[in-house]
Amino acid sequence: MAAAAAIIEARNLVMRYPSVVAVDDVSLAIAQGECFGLLGPNGAGKTTTIEILEGILVPTSGTTLFRGQALGKEFHAEAGIQFQSTALQDFLTVRETIELFRQLYNRLPSIDSVVAECALGELLDRDARKISGGQRQRLLLAIALINDPTVIFLDEPTTGLDPQSRRNFWDLVDTIKKRNKTIIMTTHYMEEAYVLCDRIAIMDHGKIIAEGAPDQLLKHHYEDVILQLPQADFPPALADLEHKVLANQQLVEIATTDVNATILRLTEQRVPLNHLRIRPRNLEDLFLELTGRELRT
Amino acid sequence: MIARILAVLKARNIEFVRDRASMVWAIVVPFVLVFGLGIIFSGGDSSQFTVAVLDDAEAVAAHVHPYYATRFVEFVPVKNSAEAIKKVGRHQFDLLFEREPVARYWVNPESPTGYLAERLLLQTDPTAVREAVTGEAVRYVDWLVPGILGMNMMFACLFGVGYVVVRYRKNGFLKRLRATPLSAFEFITAQALSRLILVLAVQTFVFFGVKVFLDISMEGSYLALLVVALLGCSALIALALVIAARINSEEIAAGVLNVCTFPMMLLSGVFFSLEAAPQWLQGLANLLPLTQILAAARAIMIDGAGFAGVWPHLAALVVMTAVFLAVGAALFRWRFI
Repeated sequence: MAAAAAIIEARNLVMRYPSVVAVDDVSLAIAQGECFGLLGPNGAGKTTTIEILEGILVPTSGTTLFRGQALGKEFHAEAGIQFQSTALQDFLTVRETIELFRQLYNRLPSIDSVVAECALGELLDRDARKISGGQRQRLLLAIALINDPTVIFLDEPTTGLDPQSRRNFWDLVDTIKKRNKTIIMTTHYMEEAYVLCDRIAIMDHGKIIAEGAPDQLLKHHYEDVILQLPQADFPPALADLEHKVLANQQLVEIATTDVNATILRLTEQRVPLNHLRIRPRNLEDLFLELTGRELRT
Repeated sequence: MIARILAVLKARNIEFVRDRASMVWAIVVPFVLVFGLGIIFSGGDSSQFTVAVLDDAEAVAAHVHPYYATRFVEFVPVKNSAEAIKKVGRHQFDLLFEREPVARYWVNPESPTGYLAERLLLQTDPTAVREAVTGEAVRYVDWLVPGILGMNMMFACLFGVGYVVVRYRKNGFLKRLRATPLSAFEFITAQALSRLILVLAVQTFVFFGVKVFLDISMEGSYLALLVVALLGCSALIALALVIAARINSEEIAAGVLNVCTFPMMLLSGVFFSLEAAPQWLQGLANLLPLTQILAAARAIMIDGAGFAGVWPHLAALVVMTAVFLAVGAALFRWRFI
């Protein structure tokens, strides 16, 4: 992406702590109206990177620009931020919490529009400490939107939410995207990144190891698709096919660039196809391939 | 800027008012302390004889004058005879003794301990010339109440601000505020104002409650006392902001706050006067905000002093507030590191 079109640009960011380099020469350019996702395993440097972009952390070296200028008052007035974990002032209602943040910016005449957008109307008089996880994330999003921001940062916004709350949150983000807002988010959920993000960057060990539109990245890395069969139906005679056993799911995954030929071989071996599933490669495949399968802490 | 300060101030006040346990604690504890200690000490004036002497500390020795050899008498060297005579009149000193050019003493004929101190003096020097002083006795409770109120003010300011800011930093609320246009100055000002309003309101409530029930002395101007409370709170809150500027842990904050409050409780004259303490210790105590607050409050409440009489204390509190605020703002950190 051309730097001239970028609303947020990071150049050669480095964040060095005594025992680790959390961000190692990261450069990014994010265009106005784009939804950009930062993906990576735990400890990859996503949160540190997004907090540098937010102006919360000062990097060891490198620069972050907003509309070509160093981050300053204008940026803070135009940025909306939802941190990974945030405590709010105790004993305030949802309405009082949103009002507090509105008065810190004083850009919107009332809280009505964000309350409607984030579906908080019925919660306004509830104690903000006593709402559910999904409701709390909607409240935090409302606070992030209270200054009608140009750029919105969402750091793992749906972690810990149930599937309904997560999908509800995606709808909210989708609505915001349609208003030509720029969104920069981190997430552990590949499906979320695929659904919401126009472009993603996969980070590991503080570096960006892949960057692009989700479909483009998949196309670039994969030409094959995956055939899934019950492990019990997979005959030893087909061991020469490139395959992977998912023991815990009792499935065998066969990667193939020629589905017809592979199915022909399966039928020749009289493999029952009643439970055969064909799926395209997804971001999770790419993520695991690029970052490895070992457990991160 | 004003709108942001008012927004944070309002939110903090709502938080305090709705936190019933903290609010009850903040109001009930000072009442219990003042009434409890007031009742315990109201009948028991100090039993030790305290004699002021217009002499140098080195001269207070048995070979200089036989009176100085008397046991169980605390001799307090003083420089200002007018002030000491006033204290004799108010029973704060049992007697004032001047050795040269002729042995002379001032005593309040209405003071029982003054009478005994006089008898002891005349045993050792029958030629000493008597000067009678009149005045109404200052009860210990009159002297103690400003100390208890000041001590309570100290705890309310230091823990009320210091602890809360550390909690906000630890749980990430400060980090969230950092992402808004709110400046450190605005945040600190709002916290300080919130605590100032609260502490002044509670102190006023307790003061008038104590005044009605214990009939404590109030000789001077209420306005002057209010200014002392205002500047005293400001200095203590500013000190709390220095303590809370960087600490991330409530446990460490509690330790540091205790390290700050104990010396003030012991050295600032909450329970007993430091007039007889060594000069270096008195000098050290004068660096503590609570010492200045109590000296000014007692001067107003007991001696009827006005602004002219307490301005050095007020000036000291203003300087302390400015220094603490400057240091606190320079050290302040939003995030949990």
